[in-house]
Amino acid sequence: MKNEYDVIVVGGGPAGSMAARFAAEQGASVIMLEKDRDIGYPVRCGEAVSKEGIEEFIEPDEKFISATINNFAMIAPDGTKVLLSLEQTGYVLERKIFDYELAKQAASRGAEILTRAYVNGLMFSDNKVSGVKYVFMGKEYRLKSKVVIAADGVESRVARWAGIKTYVDYREMESCVQVTASNINIDKNTLYFYFGKDVAPEGYFWVFPKYNNSANIGLGIGGEIGKKKSAQIYLDNFMEKHYPNAPVLTKIAGGVPSSVTLEKISAPGIIVVGDAARQVNPLSGGGIVSGMIGGKIGGTIVGEAIKTGNLEHILTYDKAWHNRLGKRHEIFNRIKNGIYNFSDEKFNSIAHSFLKIPPEKRTLGNLFKTALINNPSLLLDIAKVFIIK
Amino acid sequence: MLLIKIIPDKCDFCGTCVGVCPEDAIELKESEIKIDENLCTNCSKCVWVCPIDVLVFQKEKIKSEIKN
Repeated sequence: MKNEYDVIVVGGGPAGSMAARFAAEQGASVIMLEKDRDIGYPVRCGEAVSKEGIEEFIEPDEKFISATINNFAMIAPDGTKVLLSLEQTGYVLERKIFDYELAKQAASRGAEILTRAYVNGLMFSDNKVSGVKYVFMGKEYRLKSKVVIAADGVESRVARWAGIKTYVDYREMESCVQVTASNINIDKNTLYFYFGKDVAPEGYFWVFPKYNNSANIGLGIGGEIGKKKSAQIYLDNFMEKHYPNAPVLTKIAGGVPSSVTLEKISAPGIIVVGDAARQVNPLSGGGIVSGMIGGKIGGTIVGEAIKTGNLEHILTYDKAWHNRLGKRHEIFNRIKNGIYNFSDEKFNSIAHSFLKIPPEKRTLGNLFKTALINNPSLLLDIAKVFIIK
Repeated sequence: MLLIKIIPDKCDFCGTCVGVCPEDAIELKESEIKIDENLCTNCSKCVWVCPIDVLVFQKEKIKSEIKN
């Protein structure tokens, strides 16, 4: 380990690993600090991604793919089930292995990795972030850098210490809990989404197949809902009703920032990537691929800044992200705001109307169109994200 | 006075509470969580978003304070 690095990445999730990889690919010296003892564990996620999304970074490999997805099922509050085939293949990952592979990619480009390194402060010089303070094995250390990349997930404290407002309005924080359960008899190529006030108000309930009859079963609810009743209670009710005897292999809690990206994701000496930057698709709650894209854009720009010696170049990251995905997330956020508090009757009527459409026209885009038929401005947004690629 | 209590045995250390805290008053390590009572304003946003009811707002503490 060196006394000083060009780049310190805080957090070893998918966004952190990609930032480390792409900065290292530009020739920067990089270290990635992870507070937990393992990369990839504990998993805090439904683990679903699109094939196209991960292919930009890694060859899909059966060792980290738990299920291949071709269909989408929506279950309305009255039990009406809408089944459609997806135009894109998806995967349910085995994140424990997937995250390892991403960290190995960073390592293979020369990035160093230190786990159990808890970052608890930043260092500054000339009003610029100049390194981190961290605790490792009970001892405090200081480590200097030219740029810090904050990839510290939903907590997002690191960028806050640099004066970036990272905390999320509680109403935009989806409060989630999930179990991985065994003996779940569902189609192994279908993602199931349940809607309605009894299952997951201001969010959705998911059942995602995994290898060998297991499944990720969980939900997210809006922060406002959590005031009255926690996600845990909704999960208990669902399990009791649908899978009362299913053995539970893992149980996890987590938060998904379901908002647009932070207004500011760079400052002198620091950039923010992934969940920490709120780079999650606010409609789906998916943050794996978008975080990896944030990490790639950020890591590349930081790497270029190091290579050319022009550290101000890192401030171009905001715009680069905005153009690639940030703008799109604003559209997804408008669509979310149009549908997130639909009544049960509305969900039922959407399902009923959709089933009148000929099966060959039952696409995800058309499902959203059906949902927002009375909201012309959002129909245009639907067209932008689902029809025009 | 800190009115929010953490039940550490229940905690999954997921960080959702930290992400909504406007005061940066919550510190989370791998399996350790604490609230800084000098920073906490008892706004309770952390309580509302906790998926598994680890954080509790102690109403009875206010009542006893008023009585005294």
